[in-house]
Amino acid sequence: MRAFLRHTGLVGPMDRANVDTDMIIPKQFLKSIKRSGFGVNLFDELRYLDEGEPGQDCSTRPQNMNFALNEPRYAGASILLTRKNFGCGSSREHAPWALDDYGFRVIIAPSFADIFYNNCLKNGLLPVILSEKEVEFLFKELYRINGFCLSVDLTKSEVIMDSGGIFKFHIDEFSRDYLIKGLDEIGVTLQSSETIKRYEIKRASQHPWIFGAIE
Amino acid sequence: MAGKTLYDKLWDSHLVLERDDGSALLYVDRHILHEVTSPQAFEGLRMAGRKPWRLDMNIATPDHNISTNRHERESGVSGISDPTSRIQVKTLDDNCEFFGIKEFKMNEIGQGIVHVMGPELGVTMPGMTVVCGDSHTATHGALGCLAHGIGTSEVEHVLATQCLVAKKMKNLRVTIDGELGFGVTPKDVVLAIIGKIGTAGGSGCAIEFAGSTFATMSIEGRMTVCNMAIEAGARVGLMAVDEKTIDYVEGRKFAPKTEVWDQAKTYWKTLVSDSDARFDFEVEINAEEIAPQVSWGTSPEMVSAVSGNVPLISNQTTSEQKESLRRALEYMGLEEGQVISSISIDRVFIGSCTNSRIEDMRAAALIAKGRKKADTVKQVLVVPGSQMVKIQAEAEGLHEIFLDAGMEWREPGCSMCLAMNADKLGAGEHCASTSNRNFEGRQGIGGRTHLMSPMMAAAAAVSGHIIDVREMLAEEIQ
Ligand code: SF4
Repeated sequence: MRAFLRHTGLVGPMDRANVDTDMIIPKQFLKSIKRSGFGVNLFDELRYLDEGEPGQDCSTRPQNMNFALNEPRYAGASILLTRKNFGCGSSREHAPWALDDYGFRVIIAPSFADIFYNNCLKNGLLPVILSEKEVEFLFKELYRINGFCLSVDLTKSEVIMDSGGIFKFHIDEFSRDYLIKGLDEIGVTLQSSETIKRYEIKRASQHPWIFGAIE
Repeated sequence: MAGKTLYDKLWDSHLVLERDDGSALLYVDRHILHEVTSPQAFEGLRMAGRKPWRLDMNIATPDHNISTNRHERESGVSGISDPTSRIQVKTLDDNCEFFGIKEFKMNEIGQGIVHVMGPELGVTMPGMTVVCGDSHTATHGALGCLAHGIGTSEVEHVLATQCLVAKKMKNLRVTIDGELGFGVTPKDVVLAIIGKIGTAGGSGCAIEFAGSTFATMSIEGRMTVCNMAIEAGARVGLMAVDEKTIDYVEGRKFAPKTEVWDQAKTYWKTLVSDSDARFDFEVEINAEEIAPQVSWGTSPEMVSAVSGNVPLISNQTTSEQKESLRRALEYMGLEEGQVISSISIDRVFIGSCTNSRIEDMRAAALIAKGRKKADTVKQVLVVPGSQMVKIQAEAEGLHEIFLDAGMEWREPGCSMCLAMNADKLGAGEHCASTSNRNFEGRQGIGGRTHLMSPMMAAAAAVSGHIIDVREMLAEEIQ
């Protein structure tokens, strides 16, 4: 996995609560068997005026200019600022893949849906939880200042404004560690193979019906 | 020391390792795979030169984007008309073949929506940990399992290690006591819960549904309730094991037989929360207060009793709430304050992992029997959740009731629950749907979903608008 230490970038808004994963990447694009290429269809239904189909040339599609991220001032944004319960709904990992492919590295919100939050961590995309008040404040700054940028330092768990303001955020120690080191989670778990095997032997003697039933 | 909750017990019995960094490895007993969230996981395994840790814990079936149309199904995978769907279903078949994973293929008996298929075959049983790359995996919690959805990276991790890196959730208990009113079903119960605690009410929690209402509920009804835990923000929903659970499992295809059965049964009976267990949060609801529910908005918490009205913008407290209501009403094409039963219906969908089991089919048939679909309703899809449900329903003649009523009887799959296949809503169409999500575009771009129970959906189909099914049932009795 790609490591995440520190990132500085332009902030873009997704100013609504409860953005679900189908809004992030609509279901028709889930038929791909690949992990990449979802960025052009990020927020597809909001971003374009026509109906999106897999495999289209998106550069010629009519854009919805009322959609904030289409405004030139947010072009190249790599930090997404949004509202509570971001990523709710379906468990599709295509959502963080699409955000990542579009170029986002950090998402800041007052809360995230559990599965989505997890899925971000597995892809080196950093979900940052700040309070409702802090997020509100950042939205104001974002709308007020053209080219509003933030820095996010994972080693210190801080979001830093150019003006010097600092917001602390919490992230589990193990998630932070994986991200900072860019660890291969499967590889790490497999280092405990012997423990897993011992567990299986014990369990098979206690609950034998679990094993060998499906063949 | 306080006793343990059911969730605590399941967590403890699957704990392989607690690491210093606060994470844990949890053993996975059942891993269910489908065509949409598995291809990248299999590809990841292949690229890293890894093999599944073991095979007998995995089972696969296609459900999300297969056609429910009989003619298209009859020509097999190569006959799937949408080329991207065809590749995805074929990829699942190929991956299962390559890695040696048991699969119920598209037209095989056993195939079905993952969360219908698992319990009905005895793939999932009490006391297990169950994961699947699908957020409605909590359904299996109705059997006293610790079950939840996972992402594709986790699918790969489970395949490779049989474990999940997990963090313990908090315990939330939703207690409902009392008898459900006439015409009130498990779907109404869960919609009422979501209406009360909100779509983030269960965030970070495992919800145990407790109380006499659930004790008297059928296992299939319990599945309907646990299914929608995720719509209340909780990855996990679960219920205590009782005699009903054990009776349900007995004799299922993969369930234990002979002495092992007795051993299993003895263990399963311990799968209840201790009387002195401590829950982090408690919610109580009185069963008698629950009426048939209908969602009117674009989030499952935007729900009301069928006799109610769409809320008023002026009654919302924060500007964010006002804005979200305004947006929902605009999308849904509704007026604030509008009477719910005045909403006309264009299409009806009876199916999905929430409501496509045999009891749901029977409930819908009870209303459809001897009636006709309203002329203004363009289409009524009745989609059994699995091949087994379809066979049973046909043996009972339910399909004929639906066909006589001008409804369509389809092949098992997710169908119009998510519009990844040909079953979709057109822009602006209102749908009475027994599925679980009413997000914008969920059932088709611009489609407007109203979540409700199978009986309520069937009632909407015959009357052409949302209607309190109790009125029809009362007619029936007279
Ligand atoms: S029926 Fe709907 S919610 Fe259930 S698994 Fe299929 S798509 Fe997901």
